[in-house]
Amino acid sequence: MTQKRVIAKDEIINVVKKMCIEANCIVPDDMLDVFKKFRETEKSPIGRETLDQIIENARIGKDENMPTCQDTGLAIFFVEIGSDIEIDGGLHKLEEYINEGTRQGYEEGYLRKSVVEHPYKRVNTKDNTPAIIYYKPVAGDKLKIKFTSKGGGSENMSKVNMMKPADGREGIKKWIVEAVTIAGANPCPPTVLGIGIGGNFEKAAIMAKEALFRNIGERHPDPDIAALEEEILEEVNKTGVGPQGLGGSTTSLEVFINYAPCHIASMPVALNINCHAQRHREVEL
Amino acid sequence: MPEQKKSLETPFTAEKAESLHAGDIIYITGIIYTGRDLAHKRLVDSLQAGEELPFDLKDSIIYYVGPSPTPPGKVIGSAGPTTSYRMDPYATILMEQGLRGMIGKGNRSPEVLDAMKKFSGVYFQSTGGAAALIAKSIVKADVIAYDDLGPEAIRRLEVKDFPAIVVNDCHGGDLFSSEIAKYKTG
Repeated sequence: MTQKRVIAKDEIINVVKKMCIEANCIVPDDMLDVFKKFRETEKSPIGRETLDQIIENARIGKDENMPTCQDTGLAIFFVEIGSDIEIDGGLHKLEEYINEGTRQGYEEGYLRKSVVEHPYKRVNTKDNTPAIIYYKPVAGDKLKIKFTSKGGGSENMSKVNMMKPADGREGIKKWIVEAVTIAGANPCPPTVLGIGIGGNFEKAAIMAKEALFRNIGERHPDPDIAALEEEILEEVNKTGVGPQGLGGSTTSLEVFINYAPCHIASMPVALNINCHAQRHREVEL
Repeated sequence: MPEQKKSLETPFTAEKAESLHAGDIIYITGIIYTGRDLAHKRLVDSLQAGEELPFDLKDSIIYYVGPSPTPPGKVIGSAGPTTSYRMDPYATILMEQGLRGMIGKGNRSPEVLDAMKKFSGVYFQSTGGAAALIAKSIVKADVIAYDDLGPEAIRRLEVKDFPAIVVNDCHGGDLFSSEIAKYKTG
């Protein structure tokens, strides 16, 4: 047997720390570009003013190393583990290293600690851990870590709907538009929509979350799903909700869909709404 | 709806509240207090237990925010609004005690809107996710209660030209419904 490449503990902790800080303070170019694009077409004067504030806020975040939103989110990771690598101390230590990187990043980056230890007793853990981590074994000798910090306001407006097969493609569109309309200003529009169609109850939700890791303009490879992404974006932007729910033609900036096979009885659909703070980073070791 | 840019100085009296209308763009100067989920629960628990509150609610403004930690050389960390409906179960009780203004984002419940009419309250929205920008209008910040709650502690903020828009006035005006209807095309 050949020797497997070992990924060092400190290397993992340091890249996680760096991703936490950068994602929260620096708005990536794809988001800045899409803010500016919709600023040009926004019909409402209040909406244009709001988009100007969001663009100016991104500049301040970058120049002054400040989080663009005070809600620096729950730390969420999707990790792809190559079968030809070893983790320093054993694979079971990966969770500990990712949490340590999160802890250091949220402390050193002056990011908000937004995790409570128990859902109804509600005592803050004071270090923004535990992170939520999903693992996938893959071929190769790399460790890929994808990170997003997900804000609570938009997460609270997210939903899973176990739809009927008879609802079909049109039913999906109609339900998403309704959910976005009902959410109104709460998820901080203009939003980015992650949608999971198929699988089962929990798989739909995880697909919706993972869809949010795509970059603006990155269409699904399936042409019909890609068309559905564009149609949903067009429809939600007719709702009038607008930037911050104050009316306008820019309710969402982008729609990303993932899909999977499902049971003959089911058509699960999950909508994971993200605010305009679409923060994600990835690194390959 | 009239859309005017106006300055507002605290204390936020009933007379000042009654002069505001949905759509007015307001720059607030003076003292406001932060409070979100757990702070609201403690304030209401204190009221119900007959205890003294950490600040005087009369003609006050509460900003629904849990700021990020203060970096060296700054007055406060990033400080944008959180979603307001979570404070709906507490808002009427606080308005009965003199709370006049609330700053957050998103819809309020019909009960809170009724209480605003009854007690001359005003609900403002500031731009969610523009937290680094909004922090620039905060010139001083001190934790005055519930320090153990971390980001949810109550802070006394001194603000200068803090940007907000009147969403719900005390006359029944609602900017969300009037503006969204204008731009709905589907």
